[in-house]
Amino acid sequence: MRYLPKSDSERRQMLEACSVASAEELFSHLPEAVRLKRPLDLAAGISEYEIVDYFSRRAAENANGYASFLGAGVYHHFRPVLVDTVVSRGEFLTSYTPYQAEISQGTLTAIFEFQSMICQLTGMDVANASMYDGSTAVPEAAMMAVRSTGKGRVLIARSVHPEYREVLRTYALHQGMPVEEFGYLPEAGTIDLEDLDRKMDDLTAAVVVQSPNFFGIVDKLKAAAEIAHRRGALLIVVFTEAVSLGLLEPPADADIVAGELQSFAISPSYGGPYAGIIATRERFVRQMPGRLVGQTTDSRGNRAFCLTLSTREQHIRREKATSNICTNQALIALMATVFMTVYGKQGLRELAEQNLAKAHYLAGRVKPRFSGKFFNEFVAQANKPDEINKALLKKKIIGGLPLGRFYPELADSMLLCATEMSRRADMDVVAGALA
Amino acid sequence: MITKVRPHLSQNEALLFERSSPGKKAYQLPDLDVPPLDPAETLGAENVRAEIPGFPEVSEVEAIRHFTRLSTWNYAIDYGMYPLGSCTMKYNPRINELVARIEGLAWAHPYQPEALAQGSMEVMARLEAALAEITGMDAVTLQPAAGAHGELTGILLIRALLEKRGNPRKKILIPDSAHGTNPATAAIAGYAVENIASSATGVLDVGALAQLVDRDVAALMVTNPNTLGVFEENIMQAAEILHAKGAMLYMDGANMNALVGIARPGDFGVDVLHLNLHKTFSTPHGGGGPGAGPVAVKKVFEPFLPVPRLKRSGKKWAYDYRRKHSIGRVRAFYGNFGVLVRALAYILAHGGPGLRNATVDAVLNAVYVRKKLEPYFDLPYTSPNMHEVVFSDERQAKAGVRTGDLAKRLIDYGFHPYTVSFPLIVRGALMIEPTETEGKIELDQFIEAMISIAKEVETDPQLVKNAPYGTRTSRVDEVTAARKPVLRWKPA
Repeated sequence: MRYLPKSDSERRQMLEACSVASAEELFSHLPEAVRLKRPLDLAAGISEYEIVDYFSRRAAENANGYASFLGAGVYHHFRPVLVDTVVSRGEFLTSYTPYQAEISQGTLTAIFEFQSMICQLTGMDVANASMYDGSTAVPEAAMMAVRSTGKGRVLIARSVHPEYREVLRTYALHQGMPVEEFGYLPEAGTIDLEDLDRKMDDLTAAVVVQSPNFFGIVDKLKAAAEIAHRRGALLIVVFTEAVSLGLLEPPADADIVAGELQSFAISPSYGGPYAGIIATRERFVRQMPGRLVGQTTDSRGNRAFCLTLSTREQHIRREKATSNICTNQALIALMATVFMTVYGKQGLRELAEQNLAKAHYLAGRVKPRFSGKFFNEFVAQANKPDEINKALLKKKIIGGLPLGRFYPELADSMLLCATEMSRRADMDVVAGALA
Repeated sequence: MITKVRPHLSQNEALLFERSSPGKKAYQLPDLDVPPLDPAETLGAENVRAEIPGFPEVSEVEAIRHFTRLSTWNYAIDYGMYPLGSCTMKYNPRINELVARIEGLAWAHPYQPEALAQGSMEVMARLEAALAEITGMDAVTLQPAAGAHGELTGILLIRALLEKRGNPRKKILIPDSAHGTNPATAAIAGYAVENIASSATGVLDVGALAQLVDRDVAALMVTNPNTLGVFEENIMQAAEILHAKGAMLYMDGANMNALVGIARPGDFGVDVLHLNLHKTFSTPHGGGGPGAGPVAVKKVFEPFLPVPRLKRSGKKWAYDYRRKHSIGRVRAFYGNFGVLVRALAYILAHGGPGLRNATVDAVLNAVYVRKKLEPYFDLPYTSPNMHEVVFSDERQAKAGVRTGDLAKRLIDYGFHPYTVSFPLIVRGALMIEPTETEGKIELDQFIEAMISIAKEVETDPQLVKNAPYGTRTSRVDEVTAARKPVLRWKPA
């Protein structure tokens, strides 16, 4: 087999050196009852050509050549070529977690730059080296707020991504962390501050708000922060569309930011792998989950980087750790780092402005459901969204996400997203179908 | 004498921010085909930021040189043996990278209509079936993003079943040789952790287990083979003890690389286990992730698996969201799909017999290393080992040289260190896992290096204590890093 480098004669020499008569003897200490007495019921191995053929056929069974107006947490942005060039280097791709700092400076330096850029984007003081994704960053942020405040309850806006809320509920169930939701304004699509204020109490550890929210709307973070802070709770700000940070005010009122970086050159890839982040204020750093890279020096006095503050982590702290996370999304975070480097200060803003212009062009030709200000996605009124989408598919267009599944009250609407990759001609077709 | 390495030249590299200068560009956007907008007017001036302070501006040439230069400061499997015990650093086939990037898979949106996602769903269904066969379990969820995430999912499944039976119970038992993620996971799932001391031979003490298991114990979390690389010979007995009291056997599948094709957890009493696709199934570690941590379960746990579940509907795949006993979602969407593609490509490449051959080579390599190094290093547990072997630094410690020093010296010989100071039950552990990826030539060089270092400890311990010398970065001051954390770049 091509992945096994030994010749038969080398195997024999090694068995001999171990005073073992046959390969089977290597397993003779296993109790008879546990041994598998038959071959695995899996087909024989296949060649590279056949593997490519198999996956090409599967890919052909998916959508191919469609324009898509889906967003809802996963966005179609162009991936600069440099991104795959860099992450395909074996030194990044085939290395482990950088515990041995002397021979891991490449990964460590890149993570340090990643942490720095996430801080610049979010306006926070510290950012970790990544979480699994945005959806799992939310419960990790909530647990962090619980540890930091000594309170237990979490209030989350209904305008946070519905699947993120589901994940929070799964994590919260056995932690004595009750989760309650508060609503959004039916006209504006922004959070209902009165509802939040009503549900707030002194036992609440965190208020969780997404901006731009699930409906694409820039939400009222300042007002949410005031309400949360007045009762001693922390404000957790969630984002799913990282490109918006190129244009929008950073969530400076947040105590913790929990976000998803998929927009930064990470393929949609049918839902993952992506990269989540948690960023926060300096005073909460000891309660943060996940790896952190810090700057230091080597014995010759040169600048060097290493993993640090690991007494928060499971391999040192075991059941008292801030999280059970070990493997994170380092290579995906590197993709985002290269993306941020390629676009840079001007480019990210220009990219965000293009997204804004495209989405508003489309919105101008349909009936937006909410009056709130939005970035690159919005809810459009659509009498029978499934039928509209069916008609669009015939024109090789995947329309917006029908919202009835997540919001029964919005069954007559769909969530549409336009990015720099959306063509005007396709948007005109979508607008026509929705008219 | 060090024969494997020679010095290598590359530029020192500043941080991106230090290369930045206003107006440099590495991008060009197409012209807008719609009217431009004034952001302040559209979004409200109060919502628009002035700039991103400190964000870099570099050219395309500088960008590629920056990351290429940084990359050369890393060691990698592609450079050589990476014997990190318990991490299973095996070759990452490049074909896996290629197929994961095929457009129809890489650009699939998780919310595209099921009718236009049949290829992705088929890939997942096929992987679920293959993993069920390999583990001897009845059902698999691919949703968890990594090993620890799989552990959490698994323990939540156990909790859900026990709850349905009337009592979720209070404790999880964990051997003292376990990975740190096990106790951390149990705590997140709302359980108290009780440690079990390993027996004198380094395996589960079933006598002690029998005394500990009562109606408060929800499960035992066990890694098999354990972190000493030793198969838990009493695993079936342990399962009986647990099951007799209504408790469950959870297996951490981190070391599945020793068992594929040889023995199946489902056949030796395991109720729930997770796999690390980035270990056993060759998906790249990528400097710390991404991974994937599928969870395989016995039939009785199937109703509790995370939503959605794949189901066959006529000739098509569909998602089933209506499952009232489900623990809910552990992650948005369906899992780290791109990682799942790579793992399936690996399984297809090996095939059934090939996977078993890989296991045999992995075990042979570890047994060979043990045999060759036993005369030079202390071996605290002498039971037969499988895919990894754990020595202690006891002999070298007499000369004041510890496992961490030996590891740093190994770098000078052109190898990545083994896992240092783990498992905790071995004082000064050297945990070595070669994996099946190493051929005899590389292994012999590694063995030679280890023997040479053992001799250096006798003749010149200080040489070893100050290592490494050949790296561009010498020993890194981790203490200062933690005492005065500098976690982001700031302008001078």
